[in-house]
Amino acid sequence: MRSLMQTTKWAGVAALVAVAMLLNGASSAQEGAAVVHLSVKNHQFVPAEIKGPANRPITLRIKNLDAKPMEFESVSLRVEKVIAGNSEGIINLRPLQPGRYNFLDDFNQSTKGTLVIQ
Amino acid sequence: MLAALIIVFREVFEAGLIVGIVLAVTGSVARRGWWIGGGVTGGIIGSCIVAVFTAALSAAFEGVGQELFNAAILGIAAVMLIWHNVWMAQHGRELAREMRTTGQEVASGAKTLLALAIVVGVAVLREGVEVVLFLYGVLASGDTGLHVAGGGLVGLLLGALVSWLTFIGLLKIPSRHLFLVTSLLLAFLAAGLASQSIAFLERAAIVTALDTIVWDSSFILADSSLLGRALHTLIGYSDQPTAMQLVVYVTTLAVIFTLMKVTTPRRIVPASVTHAMRQSALSR
Repeated sequence: MRSLMQTTKWAGVAALVAVAMLLNGASSAQEGAAVVHLSVKNHQFVPAEIKGPANRPITLRIKNLDAKPMEFESVSLRVEKVIAGNSEGIINLRPLQPGRYNFLDDFNQSTKGTLVIQ
Repeated sequence: MLAALIIVFREVFEAGLIVGIVLAVTGSVARRGWWIGGGVTGGIIGSCIVAVFTAALSAAFEGVGQELFNAAILGIAAVMLIWHNVWMAQHGRELAREMRTTGQEVASGAKTLLALAIVVGVAVLREGVEVVLFLYGVLASGDTGLHVAGGGLVGLLLGALVSWLTFIGLLKIPSRHLFLVTSLLLAFLAAGLASQSIAFLERAAIVTALDTIVWDSSFILADSSLLGRALHTLIGYSDQPTAMQLVVYVTTLAVIFTLMKVTTPRRIVPASVTHAMRQSALSR
């Protein structure tokens, strides 16, 4: 029984090591990704409509110029990310089909925008 | 005020489900209140600390610090649940027997309480950060501070109510089935946490293998609906899972059930007999 507990512990340690190795080898910037910039000021996305290429990874760089934190959220993009006041958030998107993808600030839901993929 | 209520309730609701289950799981264990209370308190304190460092955390690891942090804490919670479940499969029977024969509370059950306290802490931490940031933002703006604080408080109480109802509901299950039901609940909870952990690594673009979306069931049950959220928390439901998430989910379940099966004592043998057997095996 004790040996099993040991095994479980070692399995946990092995998992952590595996994660650490993954992180070590990983670079977060997606290779070949199109970068799209966006900012938030006075609870407005600027610009409110952004464009991106289809079938290519996209990196969204969102500058929150307000003092308050915001949460960039989109159901269709499967994204939820808190961005602190006066800082920048980076969101990696997988390749997308052409279409319109809506997003909003979950902390202030009247702040809305759209990503147009074409 | 309503927006605050909804946001706070939504987050507390998710943590509340997990706290309710853990309360039911640890029903008969001595001093569990301290451990679970400690987990909740630790989670709240952790939320405040993480909230303060949000900007730094986001900027860490080339902008994916938040995702890595979430992946790590969810991964830890999954490992803790696996450990707890396997340990209980091993010792659950003898614990139950001891309780029946001695009528005393089980002190040794406290061993995996640390694991469960960590799970509770992680659940609270994960949801708490958003609540803290949201309320901070509102209070910082000053104008509607009191209204929002009121809404937040109502949301918090409603969330706590969910936690309590989960606990009460689980206690309605006859005690001879409770162990099986909670073991299954925790196994699926662990699988869900593991697949959510991978989902964060996918968002960080660190795990990119098998990233095709296998199905889209958002038209039947969306992640954003209340039931969708509950199932997301409880069993890791996702309306658009990637192949990798499914692989991790199924693997986690397989690992838990295999370990539980392997470690569960086959027959109930009185402790004196096993002791005698061990002695004779040693002397050979």
